[in-house]
Amino acid sequence: MVVYLTIFIFAAAISGALAGGRGGFRLTVPKHLMVSVFEWFGEMGIFCKRLLRSALVPPYEFGELLRQCDEVGSKSLPLVALAGAATGVVLSLETHDSLARFGAKSLLPAVIVFSIIKESGPTITALIVSGRVGAGIGAQLGSMKVTEQIDAMEASAVAPYKFLVATRVLACVLMLPLLTLASEFCGIFMGWITNTLSEPISLRLFLENGFKNMLFSDFIPPTLKTMVFGLIIGLVSCFQGMRTRGGTEGVGRSATSSVVLSSLFVVLADVLLVRLILTIWG
Amino acid sequence: MNDENHGPPIAIKGLRKSFGEQKVLNGITLQVERGETVAVLGRSGGGKSVLLKLIIRLQNPDAGSIAIAGREIAGLEEKELNEVRKTVGFLFQQAALYDSLTVKENVRFPLSRHTQMPREEQEQRVRELLADVGMDQDLEKMPSQLSGGMKKRVGLARALALEPEILLFDEPTAGLDPITAEEIGKLILELKQKRQRSAIVVTHDVHGAKGYSDRMVVLHEGNILAEGSFDELQGSKDEFVSQFFGYGSKE
Repeated sequence: MVVYLTIFIFAAAISGALAGGRGGFRLTVPKHLMVSVFEWFGEMGIFCKRLLRSALVPPYEFGELLRQCDEVGSKSLPLVALAGAATGVVLSLETHDSLARFGAKSLLPAVIVFSIIKESGPTITALIVSGRVGAGIGAQLGSMKVTEQIDAMEASAVAPYKFLVATRVLACVLMLPLLTLASEFCGIFMGWITNTLSEPISLRLFLENGFKNMLFSDFIPPTLKTMVFGLIIGLVSCFQGMRTRGGTEGVGRSATSSVVLSSLFVVLADVLLVRLILTIWG
Repeated sequence: MNDENHGPPIAIKGLRKSFGEQKVLNGITLQVERGETVAVLGRSGGGKSVLLKLIIRLQNPDAGSIAIAGREIAGLEEKELNEVRKTVGFLFQQAALYDSLTVKENVRFPLSRHTQMPREEQEQRVRELLADVGMDQDLEKMPSQLSGGMKKRVGLARALALEPEILLFDEPTAGLDPITAEEIGKLILELKQKRQRSAIVVTHDVHGAKGYSDRMVVLHEGNILAEGSFDELQGSKDEFVSQFFGYGSKE
């Protein structure tokens, strides 16, 4: 497990260093690559410190936070709902046959509900949001950086870390659980539709069977872990955007690296959080 | 400005800045008096824009001191630094308008954050500022719908929104046609004559600068090579200065 995680962190950091905008592939010079990896984590630490210092001091940017919540939440909703619905359909089709072979078809609602709520809902939502929102944030902040808009903001005595970064990170943290709930709702509903097309069952019975053995501790931790996913997506994509260099090419690199890195770190965090949740709640 | 205003608007001493091995500024000393407009000339990549960014600490110098109205900015906390920044208007090379906001919102941005003005008063002030630069017909346009000259005008209106005592212009006429460049030059001159603002203008446009500057400074290889009026510098015996002003005269 530890070896796997170490390899994973290393792989993530390498791709971050390569995509992070310092330009050029350095695979031929492993020493420089190592330096880039440590540099990335070091700069990320400084970035987080600066963000905290700026975000905790009033006045707070509530107007911009609302705008970002709309940007991250409302505008991601159709995509997330669609992905959730597709997951529900696929789960229902795949597990129906598998369970039928073992004579356990009556467990289908529970399998759909448990797998959507405990794992596929949060993870798929986070990956969809990291693709849509992560790329958007990376490209937007990157473009603002190379066209001196961020300098202009600082020159106007407005803290860009508070106005641009803190609002985006917080919006991701707040919206991810809500989007996850929407995705899970669509997944379970479409799971029922798919199931009922082959073997009619009322929605009420489907839900009763599905949620019969579900505890509060099965539902809350997986939903709340998406806040960590939101934090990762917001932090990584803002960081990649804010360190953009090199014109439009740099903006493209920032958008790509925002998606790649936030997705990688979401999957990595998922491994750790699932282990943690199982340790605490069994 | 405020009660702490005890010195010249801008006083720079021994300013040094390097990027890696490349020395950009090598001990610059420059003072701008109240109501004075100083044009900074020099070759591209010679550190002129960096000098402006150092003045409001968008970048940090390696050594030297910068005082705005007698207040050393090197050790200031963010809050204090922002108070100083409010007294300085900055027009960026490409205007740096916020591309997600309209023209009106761009100019209102500093007002809405740093003043207690009611919304209607802000709107009125924005209209006045944009009327001063001839852009009051384009309030609802997005920056992407504007030409280079229009962006510079809106950038200028935004820079003036908080009525700063000091103005920093980074190549205000670069990339503009001669007529628009002249209009921008007139606006800078007007600011000096009517409002007694102190300004540093970074430019390559020697003749344009002659019209609005009180003094010219030639920056070369990180040092101030020469300073004086247009006529003084045009007659300079220094090879680089005479070459620079020679080309400027031909343009």
